[in-house]
Amino acid sequence: MELYVFDGTLEGLLTAVFDCYQRKAGTVKIVSQENFHPDVFQESFTVVSADEKANRVWAGLRKKLDKDWMLRFYKSFLSENPDTFQDLLEFSRYILDNPAGAGENFGNKHVLAVSQMAQKVHREKHRMEAFIRFQQTADGIFYAHIEPDFNVLPLISDHFKNRYADQKWIIYDLKRKYGLYFNLETVEEVAFDFTTEMSPALNALPETLLDPKEELYSLLWKDYFRSTNIPARKNMKLHIRHIPKRYWKYLSEKQV
Amino acid sequence: MFERIREKLEILADAAKYDVSCSSSGSNRKNTNKGLGDSEGSGICHSYTEDGRCVSLLKILLTNHCIYDCAFCVSRKSNDIKRAAFTVEEVVELTMNFYRRNYIEGLFLSSGIFKNADYTMERLVRIVKKLRIEERFNGYIHLKTIPGASEELLKEAGLYADRMSINLEMPTESGLKLLAPEKSHEDVKKPLDFIQKNIVQLKDEKSLIKSAPKFVPAGQSTQMVIGATPETDKEIMHTASNFYKDFSLKRVYYSGYIPISTDTRLPIIGSQPPLIRENRLYQTDWLMRFYGFDVQEILNDANPNLDIDIDPKLSWALRNLDQFPVDVNTADYKMILRVPGIGVGSAKKIVQARKFGRLHQDQLKKIGIAFKKARHFIRYADSPLQLRDFEASHLKGVILSESTSKYLKTPQNQLSLF
Repeated sequence: MELYVFDGTLEGLLTAVFDCYQRKAGTVKIVSQENFHPDVFQESFTVVSADEKANRVWAGLRKKLDKDWMLRFYKSFLSENPDTFQDLLEFSRYILDNPAGAGENFGNKHVLAVSQMAQKVHREKHRMEAFIRFQQTADGIFYAHIEPDFNVLPLISDHFKNRYADQKWIIYDLKRKYGLYFNLETVEEVAFDFTTEMSPALNALPETLLDPKEELYSLLWKDYFRSTNIPARKNMKLHIRHIPKRYWKYLSEKQV
Repeated sequence: MFERIREKLEILADAAKYDVSCSSSGSNRKNTNKGLGDSEGSGICHSYTEDGRCVSLLKILLTNHCIYDCAFCVSRKSNDIKRAAFTVEEVVELTMNFYRRNYIEGLFLSSGIFKNADYTMERLVRIVKKLRIEERFNGYIHLKTIPGASEELLKEAGLYADRMSINLEMPTESGLKLLAPEKSHEDVKKPLDFIQKNIVQLKDEKSLIKSAPKFVPAGQSTQMVIGATPETDKEIMHTASNFYKDFSLKRVYYSGYIPISTDTRLPIIGSQPPLIRENRLYQTDWLMRFYGFDVQEILNDANPNLDIDIDPKLSWALRNLDQFPVDVNTADYKMILRVPGIGVGSAKKIVQARKFGRLHQDQLKKIGIAFKKARHFIRYADSPLQLRDFEASHLKGVILSESTSKYLKTPQNQLSLF
């Protein structure tokens, strides 16, 4: 077995697939630089990300997989999960080695694993689309920050851009320390240097920064949330299944 | 200054909550005018109340003043409750500001009937028109059709709304007459039919002229109250099935009656809403819409009510053991879909995966079928040799004893009332 170390980027992962073929590799274990702990007894090969190699692998996969599968591949990658990196490598080799259509073989464990991880990432993306709560700042920007399980900002960008086309907004990922800013024309990536650690709680922005009407609407929303509940049907188990507790920090209606 | 609007919202959201529809999907209103909102494709549940229901729309009444006195309705004329009414501007402001903060997918606007049908409908239309035209709002709008309103108003409403609905209220005409003598199913059918015809007509036009306007792009729905009157499940689902067919409804909702009245015609206040029964009805609805079942197979004269302890698909399978076991490696997709414990997603994966080789137990488990339940009804590459056929009652016992169903642990809260 050979150990491949890559830089954690999609380009790097695809380059590793290319290298497998170029080096006529047997079984390969892939690990990202971040998770790599050098071991004296194990030799490793460092993958050097290369556009050209990555593009060739991507194009090769595209010949064998449909558009949905390509998106699933990308979503799985955004999980940043070490096991998924391994699954993606083996999935790619399996797809490239077989005639088109092999993506339908859910009996293959890597095909299934990649597709299931894509589903998980998709769910997290969907949750962010649902649970993000903007606060309007005094300068008219709608601000929210999140700490998603997976790196979903690239996946939610279009959704928010299409939806909130007439307002400026920022969605910031505190965990990965970057965000999206929509300036009414385009979405750009931004990084802030928060001098102090920003609390993940929703109401982290000081009141002085907020639009004077913000308080009213978050209050009305809380009122609405309470009024629309039917106590005779109370079912906390179902409630928590739909909104797991780790997401409550985003939801203004769940704050006391 | 906040207090008045807070009180109004409290009253008018509380009065609207018995309408269970929260769907915000199925429309195709793209944000093409650089306005606010986009309702293309699937909907989003932005929150869930403590009763586990989805919150995707700002669901309010324009007013809870009403000229009718329907026994099952909290806003009935004779009920001594606080009354309120929003202004057009208030509804528009609330919708826009909630939407901008990503609280909601759009507006669900209903109303008590004040003065008459046209007067009420005209105000509803004024709100949606202002949202669409002045505010360039492209979020989802679900608008109640007020039975008896003029066709001109309904036609105008349909140009701005994504979905429209009218509630049947009670599953049968006789049930409705008992609790709301002033209403009838005919009053509901007429406008449903009128709007349906317009949807079809505009769809035809749209295929010729691209610029033809949208008309209720997410279709129509209705709702029935369950457990307020003595209908059988068969009567309920046959009514639903007919409405799906006759008016191409997108959804029928079943709302377990929540006692809100001391009227002797109704279950007493404090009695449990029939939540399990409601759940079984939805399962049946799904079997009809996504699993290729005809209502007659599930509910008929021999079986007028659904089992409470097991789901309707399992119940059907136990009555039709001659159709099992199903070999997942050879059977039709349609038949795989009928196996208890296999859903639409897994069934599709199975028929794709088996092209690459016969499927074994561990693969089926990983694909995500409810194996414990399904194993009694299927054969697969390494299925154990089965020497004797089980009887339905025995099989039911085995499945129930192995199941972790949420229903079995709780005492049955549904007494047969009638």
